[in-house]
Amino acid sequence: MLNLIIFIPLLAAFAVLLGAPARKSALAAAAAGLVISLFALFSYDASKAGFQFASSTPVVPEWDLKFLLAADGLSLVMLLLTNLVTLAAVWITPLVEKRENIFYACLLFITAGAAGAFASQDLFFFYAFHELALIPTFLLIGLWGSGQRHAAAWKITIYLALGSFILLIGLVDLYNALPAGVRTFDMIKLQQLASAHVIPEASQTRPYLLLLVGFGILISLFPFHSWAPTAYASAPTPAAMLHAGVLKKFGLYGLIRLAVPLLPAGAQHWSWLLLTLLVGNVIYVGLATIAQKKLDMTLGYSSVMHMGYIFLGIAAFNLVGVTGAAVLMFAHGLSIAALFAMAGHLRKFSPSLAYETMGGLGKPMPFLGAAFGMAAFASIGLPGFANFSSEILVFFGAFKPAFTPEAGSYQLATAFALWGVVISAVYMLRAYRAIFLGGVRKDSTDWVDPIFSLRLPVILLLATLMITGFFPGGIVNLVKPSIEALLPK
Amino acid sequence: MPAPLSPITLEVIVLSLGIFLLLAESFSRSEDKSWMARLSIVVLGVVFAWSFHTSGNAGIDLSKAFYSADETALFFKRLALLTTMIVQVMAIEYGGVLARFIPSSKTGAGTGEFYALPVLTCAGLMFMASAVDFLLIFVSLELVTISFYILVAYMRKQSTSLEAGVKYLILGALSTGFLVYGITWIFGLTGETNLFRIAQVLPGMLAEGGRLHDSQTPLLFGIILVLVSLGFKIAAAPFQIWVPDVYQGAPTPITAFLSVGSKAAGFIVLIRVIQPFIGLPEIGPKVMGALAVLAGLSLLYGNLAAMPQDNLKRMLAYSSIGHAGYLLVAVASTGPSLSTLGQSNVAVSFYLAGYLLMTLLSFLVMTVVANHSRGDDIIHFNGLAKRSPFLAFGMLISMLSLAGIPFTAGFYGKFLVFAAAVREHHFVLIGIGVVTVAAGFYYYLRVISAMYWQEPTDETPVTIRPLTRFTIGALILGIIFFGIFPATILEMLNSAPVQNTPIALQTSLK
Repeated sequence: MLNLIIFIPLLAAFAVLLGAPARKSALAAAAAGLVISLFALFSYDASKAGFQFASSTPVVPEWDLKFLLAADGLSLVMLLLTNLVTLAAVWITPLVEKRENIFYACLLFITAGAAGAFASQDLFFFYAFHELALIPTFLLIGLWGSGQRHAAAWKITIYLALGSFILLIGLVDLYNALPAGVRTFDMIKLQQLASAHVIPEASQTRPYLLLLVGFGILISLFPFHSWAPTAYASAPTPAAMLHAGVLKKFGLYGLIRLAVPLLPAGAQHWSWLLLTLLVGNVIYVGLATIAQKKLDMTLGYSSVMHMGYIFLGIAAFNLVGVTGAAVLMFAHGLSIAALFAMAGHLRKFSPSLAYETMGGLGKPMPFLGAAFGMAAFASIGLPGFANFSSEILVFFGAFKPAFTPEAGSYQLATAFALWGVVISAVYMLRAYRAIFLGGVRKDSTDWVDPIFSLRLPVILLLATLMITGFFPGGIVNLVKPSIEALLPK
Repeated sequence: MPAPLSPITLEVIVLSLGIFLLLAESFSRSEDKSWMARLSIVVLGVVFAWSFHTSGNAGIDLSKAFYSADETALFFKRLALLTTMIVQVMAIEYGGVLARFIPSSKTGAGTGEFYALPVLTCAGLMFMASAVDFLLIFVSLELVTISFYILVAYMRKQSTSLEAGVKYLILGALSTGFLVYGITWIFGLTGETNLFRIAQVLPGMLAEGGRLHDSQTPLLFGIILVLVSLGFKIAAAPFQIWVPDVYQGAPTPITAFLSVGSKAAGFIVLIRVIQPFIGLPEIGPKVMGALAVLAGLSLLYGNLAAMPQDNLKRMLAYSSIGHAGYLLVAVASTGPSLSTLGQSNVAVSFYLAGYLLMTLLSFLVMTVVANHSRGDDIIHFNGLAKRSPFLAFGMLISMLSLAGIPFTAGFYGKFLVFAAAVREHHFVLIGIGVVTVAAGFYYYLRVISAMYWQEPTDETPVTIRPLTRFTIGALILGIIFFGIFPATILEMLNSAPVQNTPIALQTSLK
């Protein structure tokens, strides 16, 4: 089943490259992916928990390297996110003027890469699938982007290549830190080894730092974040949705799945660093977000800023905090994808998306006004959306971390992070006011709402967000056992 | 099933083929000499297949031999054969360009040697892969180098080709001098030219009362001279000055041959030459230190200097220096134990196998494109994705593999190299590697951005010969196949990882 989730988009991508009808194949593949991931979600036996749907093909037996697919609650939630956002992204893709087949193939490659990374339980394939998305992103931004697209494409690609390489070194270092007899690439076995405390505490600090920096660059951890806003601002809408919504979660997923459980002493040792940097994410980047004058840049910066909360949940290192972080990954992915989708529609009328070119659009675009408002509220973290419930978990978790840190550092970081909510309210509401409120501009008479079929993807994303917001129990109960298994006993 | 061949038969066949081609060419009336390349591809293919069915080293006392046919040697022979075959495909494709730059009354005259000499070079490369005695190392190296002198300067009407020939001749001769002088020192101290014998006698000479006990400087001097000479062959900094001009000036197939064949043979010799010394606590760490310095310099110089290049051939020349750096990282990450020696050996061999596929692929695509666009600058690749999606995809895969993206053979090579470096705690080299990998992404992706982002200046579709199309397809599949299933190569290398190690070394390392 997990094979299908990876190989359907991959095969569809090759088919599209070889001349199959691009949009139809991509839509079919995305819909099939969503159906299968929903099916997997409902056939997952929550009473047994643990990894299910395992399939394994040996690749290099000598190193215990194999193509191992399996999913627990955490993976399933991430796969659902991947497929939801993919379907929405493919759906809202406007008419592609040049080389349509390469465009859709790139989108499908990104999906396959993300799905593969979340479903692989083998270090090598976990890493390799993520890299699969690197070059499609480069082509998407460079070919179909807007504004400073070439500079943005170079920046994101070089940054991510650098981050991936540091990550690779970190993974090799982690592998070498294992005692000689038990070295394996198998992440399920690694998890069992982690609960047996096989890695000596002294040799945990270096690999953890490498992993933190490597994953951190991929997640846009402050101060390695500068690739993200420009790339998202210039990327074509579907690429921004997929990258900000799904692909960036890979690094967070890696921290939760690998770095923290396997190297708890390292995580504890470097907690001061992570706390400092995540406050940078929330406060520094948050303030930078307020200063933006264009919607795409605001959204790009805000997606960097919200990573700070997720880092906080991970840094807390307890069941409440990490569960909150995992649910927030899901919620943030949906809300930022919805926001980028709507920004994409506005871009048809105002290519620069500068606030000064818009105003009073609530009247000609009632649907977009309402939907944007909801997505903005979700992004701020108002009750009723999954973002709220997960942020609450993160803050509660972080206030009482798993180990006793230096006096009050966690509480202090949490207090700072709480101010982030105010900051997001400021920039999101300002954006809303600048776009939808005020007098209708004279030159904006031809601005219209998206046609009905293009509203569906946004509705899909927002509805999922609200369902999980009103009934967070389902998703929390799905994720919790996986997190419990990861945390040290 | 016929009885297994004695391995040296492989070289004998290749040598005879080379001589036959040279003779046949002088009696051939046909104007188009490309039949020679086709014939040699067929024969080399047969030899390649045969190399899987040889008797190996059975019953040979390597301390008295010139020639070892262990698994590693056979592996490198296969690399040499494969490289030569693909170079011949490229040479056929290049025939038109070649004819323009050769003074002759009728087309095709004087191009025969262009197809015959690579076969002789191949025989030299195959001998190098097996050489365990300094004398055979020297002779086979000269066979390779001298045929390259001719091939590099082959396009006599083009000044850049002549310039390349002169530079290669002078610096090649200089490096030969270094090699001979280094061998003399080592021979003078140990009285041996066989690497196994050297490994056997050295521990006694370094022990209390031995003649090298008080000062190892003369021996180190000899080793360094040999390393300098090999540094020329593998294009490692600071012995890389010749590389950009020679690579750019030489006919493209020969550039590809130089960058793959010459490098591969240089590395197998390097691995063999350092083996007698790494187990010795007085000498091993110093040799490794010198190699680590070469590795760091090559990484930095090759990758950073490749960034501003606008000519693809020149860029690949610098990147080839960079790749020598990655390979040297693996060699320098050999610890004083048999298992690390085996691992470095596997890393270097795998890296070279992947490097062969991706470099030849890029040169092959370049040959086709340059034929049509009359130039090999990166701008000539603008919009290639529109003119020929197939060629663009081939170039895309080869650039990704050179940059080291997963699911390509290049990634596993880099992975093995840096796994060895992490294991040996070479964190300075790794730090340099982080910078150079990012630099690599920049200049390899520049080619991709030219092909996919830019609009073509010339819309005519590119035509490709069937043989070339087949070869490009096979190389693409090979790169992806070995990027997903590396075990096929790894098993070939691991089946006898220790066999090629000098026996004396095995005892001294314990």
